Amino acid sequence: MQSVDNAAEQIEFDRRIVEEQKIEPSDWMPEDYRKNLIRQMSQHAHSEVIGMQPEGNWITRAPSLRRKAVLLSKVQDEAGHGLYLYSATESLGVSRSELIEALQTGVAKYASIFNYPTLTWADVGAIGWLVDGAAIVNQISLQRTSYGPYARAMIRICKEESFHQRQGYEIMYELAHGSPEQKAMAQDAMNRNWWPALMMFGPHDSDSAHSGRSMQWKIKRVSNDDLRQKFIDQTVPQIEVLGLEMPDPEIKWNEEKGQYDSGEINWEEFYQVINGSGPCNYQRLKHHKKAHQDGEWVREAVRAYSEKQQTKKENVA
Amino acid sequence: MSEQKENINQEHLAVYEVFVRSNRGLDHKHVGSLHAESPEHALMYARDCYLRRSEGVSVWVVKASDITASQEDDIANFVDPMDDKPYRHATHYVLPDNVSNM
Ligand SMILES: [Fe+2]
Ligand SMILES: [Fe+2]
Repeated sequence: MQSVDNAAEQIEFDRRIVEEQKIEPSDWMPEDYRKNLIRQMSQHAHSEVIGMQPEGNWITRAPSLRRKAVLLSKVQDEAGHGLYLYSATESLGVSRSELIEALQTGVAKYASIFNYPTLTWADVGAIGWLVDGAAIVNQISLQRTSYGPYARAMIRICKEESFHQRQGYEIMYELAHGSPEQKAMAQDAMNRNWWPALMMFGPHDSDSAHSGRSMQWKIKRVSNDDLRQKFIDQTVPQIEVLGLEMPDPEIKWNEEKGQYDSGEINWEEFYQVINGSGPCNYQRLKHHKKAHQDGEWVREAVRAYSEKQQTKKENVA
Repeated sequence: MSEQKENINQEHLAVYEVFVRSNRGLDHKHVGSLHAESPEHALMYARDCYLRRSEGVSVWVVKASDITASQEDDIANFVDPMDDKPYRHATHYVLPDNVSNM
C-alpha cells in the first residue's frame, strides 16, 4: 500500500501530525497507523464492555437503594462508552462483528484489571476510585490524540466519567470511617486493586511493544510510565485522607524528584493475566459470548422488522 | 418544457440542512439550510453561501426530509430530564476538604 504512489499523501499526513492537526476518517493514512488505531481503540471499547461484569456482579447486592441506583447508572454509562468507542473504531473501516469476533476469540485484548474478581462490596468502591481514576488519567491525555473521532469520543467520555470516581471514593470513605470490619474490608479491597490498577497503564516504556510508534503518530500523547506516575502522585494523598495503610510499603515522597517513589510491579502476573491466565479471564469471555448469543433473538427481530418495512414500502410503490 | 422549467422554483426544490466543521478535529455543526435540486448542487450552494470567509474545512449537506427528529412540543414526554437522578453528576458527591484532583 505504501508505495511511491503514496509519497505525496505520506508527506501531507506527516505534516498534519507535526502541526497537531487531527486526522479524519476521509483522510489518507498509513496502513500501520490505521491498524494501530484499530488495535488500541477496540481494546479500549472492549474494556468498557467487559468492565461492566465485575461491577454488575454487585448490582443486586448493593447495600442500599441509593447505592444500587448509583451503580446501575455507572454501569449504564460504561455500556455507552463502549458504543462511542466501537462507533469511532468503525470509522476506520472495520465492522462491529469483526471487532466482537476478535474479542471473543482472544485476538483482541481488554484491560487486564477486569480479569480480577469483585469479592466484597468494598471492591465496588475501590474500582470506581482506582480503576476509573486510572482510566481518567489515561483518557484525559487521549483527548489530544491525533485521530479526530477518537479524540472526540474521549472528550465525551471524560465528561461522563467524573461521577464514577467520586462515587467510588465516597464508598471507600464511608467504609474507612465505619466499623473496624468495614475499615478492614476497605483496606483489603484497596490492597487487591492497587497493583492491577497500576498495571492498567501497560508495560514500562522500555518494554512497550507499541508505544514508540504510537507516540510518534501522536495516538498516545503521554508515555505509560509518566501516566502511571501521575496517577500515583494524585492517589497517595487520597489514601492518606481515607486513613488507610499504603498498599505498597515502598511508597515514599521523593523531595528531589517532587514525586512519590514506589515499588516494582509484578510483571509476570501482568503478562499471565493479559495472556489468559487471570482469575476470571475464562468467565468474562464466557459471559460475553452467552450474553451475545442470548441477544440473538433481538437482532433477529430487528432484521424481520426491517424486511417487513421494506416490503410495505415496495407494495405502496 | 417551459412549464416544467417554471416548476423549478424554490418551493419545488428539496431543503438541505448544512453542517460545517470549522476546524479539523471538531464536530460538524449545523449552520443553516438551503434549497437545491441534488445533493451535489446543495454542496456547491453550501460552499457559496456558508463558506465565503473560510468558515470551515469540511461541509456536510443532508436532505432535511431524511432527518428523523424528536418533536420539540413533546420533548418532556420523550426525554426524561432525569431530575430525580442527581447522582449522575459529579457535584452530587461531597469530597472531604483535603481531597483535590478528583
Ligand atoms: Fe468508561
Ligand atoms: Fe467509568
